[in-house]
Amino acid sequence: MESLEQIKDRAETAIPGAKIDIVPNPGPANQPSLLIDNEHAPAIAKFLRDDAALRLDFCSNVTGVDWLDRVAKKTVKVKKVVDGEEKEVNQTTEEKIPGYLEAVYHLYSITHKHGAVIIRMRTEDRAAGARLPSLTPIWRSAEFQEREIYDLYGIRFDGHPDLRRILMWDEFEDHPMRKDYVQPDDFEWEPTPHDDVLARAKQHYTPRPELDGAEKITAGSGDTLKR
Amino acid sequence: MSATVETLEAIERPPVTMGSRLEGELLEVSMGPQHPSTHGVFRMNVALEGEIVRKLKPVFGYLHRNHEKIGENTSYLGSMPYTDRLDYFCSMTNNWAYALSVEKLAGIEVPERAQYLRIILAELTRLQNHASLLGFLLNDMGAWGTPLMYAFREREKILDLFESLSGSRMMCDYMRFGGCRVDADDAWLARARQIVDRFPKFLDEFEELILGNEIVIGRTQNVGKLSADLAISAGITGPMLRACGVNYDVRKVDGYGFYPRFKFRIPLGEHGDTYDRLMMRALEMRESVEILKQALAQIQPGPIVNPKVKIRAFRPPVGEAYGRIEAPKGELGFYLISDGGPNPYRYRVRPPSFINLTVLEDLCLGHTVADVMVILGSVDIVMGEVDR
Repeated sequence: MESLEQIKDRAETAIPGAKIDIVPNPGPANQPSLLIDNEHAPAIAKFLRDDAALRLDFCSNVTGVDWLDRVAKKTVKVKKVVDGEEKEVNQTTEEKIPGYLEAVYHLYSITHKHGAVIIRMRTEDRAAGARLPSLTPIWRSAEFQEREIYDLYGIRFDGHPDLRRILMWDEFEDHPMRKDYVQPDDFEWEPTPHDDVLARAKQHYTPRPELDGAEKITAGSGDTLKR
Repeated sequence: MSATVETLEAIERPPVTMGSRLEGELLEVSMGPQHPSTHGVFRMNVALEGEIVRKLKPVFGYLHRNHEKIGENTSYLGSMPYTDRLDYFCSMTNNWAYALSVEKLAGIEVPERAQYLRIILAELTRLQNHASLLGFLLNDMGAWGTPLMYAFREREKILDLFESLSGSRMMCDYMRFGGCRVDADDAWLARARQIVDRFPKFLDEFEELILGNEIVIGRTQNVGKLSADLAISAGITGPMLRACGVNYDVRKVDGYGFYPRFKFRIPLGEHGDTYDRLMMRALEMRESVEILKQALAQIQPGPIVNPKVKIRAFRPPVGEAYGRIEAPKGELGFYLISDGGPNPYRYRVRPPSFINLTVLEDLCLGHTVADVMVILGSVDIVMGEVDR
């Protein structure tokens, strides 16, 4: 199979305006991937599937990855004048890299029996309405897997025929595979709540003083008894 | 009392005409999750016109426990016993797929004897999975009990082998990164040889019982046909793909483990119907027996684990890896991203039977409700893996 550079060059010439970056993979597995731009993603995917030399007709694995906001620290030596002398001082600059959600597709060719070519798409941010184009029209195997990404990561796939939750129930609100997901407080009702259980119980139920008999212990109640 | 009778009679009922069909009217039926032949807690919302399926939407998630999130919060080795619970029929192949992916991620070599043990156990797993699948399929068709017990008789022997080696019949937790957990002694290998040598006799008997059976042929041939193009596009893998005549087996294509050292053939179907899917399993078992015979003859004494692999404080270098194997149900893959820490940053399972269900609606449309159960049985699903 051709190298990723060749695939990138050929795809960029075949689809005008397409932008592809190669994402290196430093580990021993040596599986670098292609980062394709969202606007031309369906066209690039179609090229990868239909090109006679590639024929990546089998989309094996589709998955999401959540990358949180992170800070990259860079230390640069800078010459500075300190007390009239020129000295080399280490200066640390912090660069904020905004987080994003990623969808990763592992492609193989059943016709030519080669692979894997890994493509990935990135959303602009991690907001609730993060969007990516769906590749289900190209590879049907992405149908359930993109639904799963939508369910667990909250990426909305434009052009997906049936984008619903798949593993969590329909009324569920959050996306549990996100790195900043907070588990709900699994409070169970206890007949005689006490101490810390009582404190947790109070967060779950609105106060109901009438039912609990609170009004009879107020200051005014003593006067009524005297009368 | 009399008042109740009056109200009952006062209810207006539509006139019932015997023998008429509800022309063009769709009846929505929820099949499962308690239905006895849905193979675990699986539900299908089916729209029926008379007895014919016009629409089918699978509903997942009754067994969902977010396996992947738990995997991200556990150390690499800590996930190994949990992979047993994915496809609980085939814990050995789940272990192997996970170990293979981590070995790719960290660049670990596996000693020769461990590779042989892995192949022996994976092929034994394939034997017992396919045998019990055929038994369950016949069970769904109405051959209540007998064929399933025939299959389970063989499965028990293999599970006994697993138990004497790993200490557990189904939750084996046997593989480790860079090898296996315990070594097999000569007595175990001799017992395995004996079981493998006797297995073709069971296959002959079982094939005679099912493959020529008129009812089986009537229920399965031309039912649930799948075209090769749709199968490839929908990412169908394993025996279900090969039943459509597509020659694709990860054991041959990737050549992972020591599979290139063995001589075996890939059975291929022609029509892609339920009968071909059933045949695929029967034929694959014969090839597995061939692999097992060769592996059990070639295995040599030696170390079973790579001593360089750290057990505590195992931290693979930064990077990502996707490893896949040919599990009995299809291509089982693990996608791992390491950020250099003790836990994987991303831990993803590519479950074969979940993705094989993509075409369930296409297979069932136009068939009767009774056929849906047979088609679902031939897809071979395990909900532990589908819902994760």
